[in-house]
Amino acid sequence: MHKIMVSLKNISFQYHTLEGETEALKNISFDVYEGEFVGIIGPSGCGKSTLLSIISGLLKPSTGSVEVNGKIGYMLQRDHLFEWRTIWQNVILGLEIQKILTQESKRYVEELLVKYGLREFKNYYPNQLSGGMRQRTALIRTLALKPDILLLDEAFSALDYQTRLAISDEVYKILKNEQKTAIIVTHDISEAIAMCDRIVVLSKRPAYIKRIYTISLTCDDYSPIGRRKAPEFREYFNSIWKELDIHV
Amino acid sequence: MYEAASSYISKEHEKFLKKVKRKNLMIRVTQLAFLIIFFVVWEILARYKIVDPFLVSQPSRMLKTILTLNQNGTLLTHIWVTLSETIVGFTLGTLIGMFVAILLWWSDFLSKVAEPYLVVLNSLPKIALGPIFIVWMGNGEAPIITMALAISLIVTIISLQTGFKEVDEEKIKLLKTFRATKMQILTKCVLPASVPTIMSAIKINIGLSWVGVITGEFLVSKAGLGYLIVYGGQIFKLDMVMTSVLILSILSALMYVFIVYLEKKLIRWR
Ligand SMILES: Nc1ncnc2c1ncn2[C@@H]1O[C@H](COP(=O)(O)OP(=O)(O)OP(=O)(O)O)[C@@H](O)[C@H]1O
Ligand SMILES: [Mg+2]
Repeated sequence: MHKIMVSLKNISFQYHTLEGETEALKNISFDVYEGEFVGIIGPSGCGKSTLLSIISGLLKPSTGSVEVNGKIGYMLQRDHLFEWRTIWQNVILGLEIQKILTQESKRYVEELLVKYGLREFKNYYPNQLSGGMRQRTALIRTLALKPDILLLDEAFSALDYQTRLAISDEVYKILKNEQKTAIIVTHDISEAIAMCDRIVVLSKRPAYIKRIYTISLTCDDYSPIGRRKAPEFREYFNSIWKELDIHV
Repeated sequence: MYEAASSYISKEHEKFLKKVKRKNLMIRVTQLAFLIIFFVVWEILARYKIVDPFLVSQPSRMLKTILTLNQNGTLLTHIWVTLSETIVGFTLGTLIGMFVAILLWWSDFLSKVAEPYLVVLNSLPKIALGPIFIVWMGNGEAPIITMALAISLIVTIISLQTGFKEVDEEKIKLLKTFRATKMQILTKCVLPASVPTIMSAIKINIGLSWVGVITGEFLVSKAGLGYLIVYGGQIFKLDMVMTSVLILSILSALMYVFIVYLEKKLIRWR
């Protein structure tokens, strides 16, 4: 049996503002195993980002318990590179904050830059880079801290479709290559099926778990682009689409 | 996989660059020509008594005024007095303003408490405080610098505070995912992200410090360009007034140019 990396038990969460109380999450429970990619999908504004914030410890759940076995790296909805810092200064930001900018950690980041084709751009500023390169920079900034579990919050939503396909493919390979566990929030059903081993479908706000899909695809090429060609892909898509129950 | 921008320049691009350069040169030349024509026309009009040189002065007479004032060594003293007061007032305004704005960013409670006071102080015409400063501080440089401070400080605080608040919440959230302390959020994100705001506050601040110092010197002073202007006005020596105004505009322009230079150095990532 695989080791449990994240365990959520009966998580509920309310936002409190002067206008009132917003119930965002209701009784959410699931586990994430080592090396697993779990997708979280649900209607806009249902509480996906809130759930990630709770897993990362930025927010405390109103009720329920979170158990995390390992270091968490969090990728937000946009890349949020600091424009006034060079690519190098951006990727070492986390190390700098946690005061672990050692010779060794620098070497590791350097390796990541080389591995993912950004070494020549070390001294560039973010606005001199393409969207895909910025996204990779953000990923390296997260990986620099050697997290065991990655939380990706619509990390690719700001990119155009082609770049997005290429980058999600690349990120998938990078994360598998580095043997990470990942929780991936997305709006994109295809993206979720292509990248994830299991998919948690959330309801409208307040979000509860409608269903958890275990994705098993028959294909030879297990990259996201290869997985998209699997015969079962459409069935999963249709089923999740129905489950999401989106009316316009 | 990706190619860095090459240093090869095509003929077409060269042409384009030349055109831009030529245009920039033309702008400079025209600006300079305008200035020269302005002074020449002024001189001619005054020389042929088309305008009364007693009322509007005259470039050649201004030059003479500069020379005579310079002879007894007082001109440099006057310039130095005003310049030093402005620099001190400006520096204090910027530093104190920055400090208070940081404090208000740090504590939401403090910022809420301070809000109505800032609003009232901002709309109060600071000149009204002049007599109070004079009574409290005598007639030296202190009330003049305080005047400059009074005029620039509140604006600085308000614009910096607004700038700090506009820093992207998500950037701060990113730092929090790295478990950053509040101090780190300030130094790694809020301050560097606000450099453009800080620079524009500084630019406004310079202008306001000049206003404050000259106003202060109008009210109480024994030296300085403001003093020369008031004194010249009282004894109907418009040459002295115009000369001082001219020097004043040159000084403030120089100071502004310096700040723009500083800005270019600081904001390289644009
Ligand atoms: N700081 C806050 N204060 C009050 N309510 C909030 C706050 N943040 C989010 N909410 C509300 O909580 C709900 C869930 O927000 P959340 O950002 O988790 O949704 P999401 O599923 O990530 O949405 P999206 O798909 O648009 O990214 C939303 O209805 C939102 O309006
Ligand atoms: Mg979200």
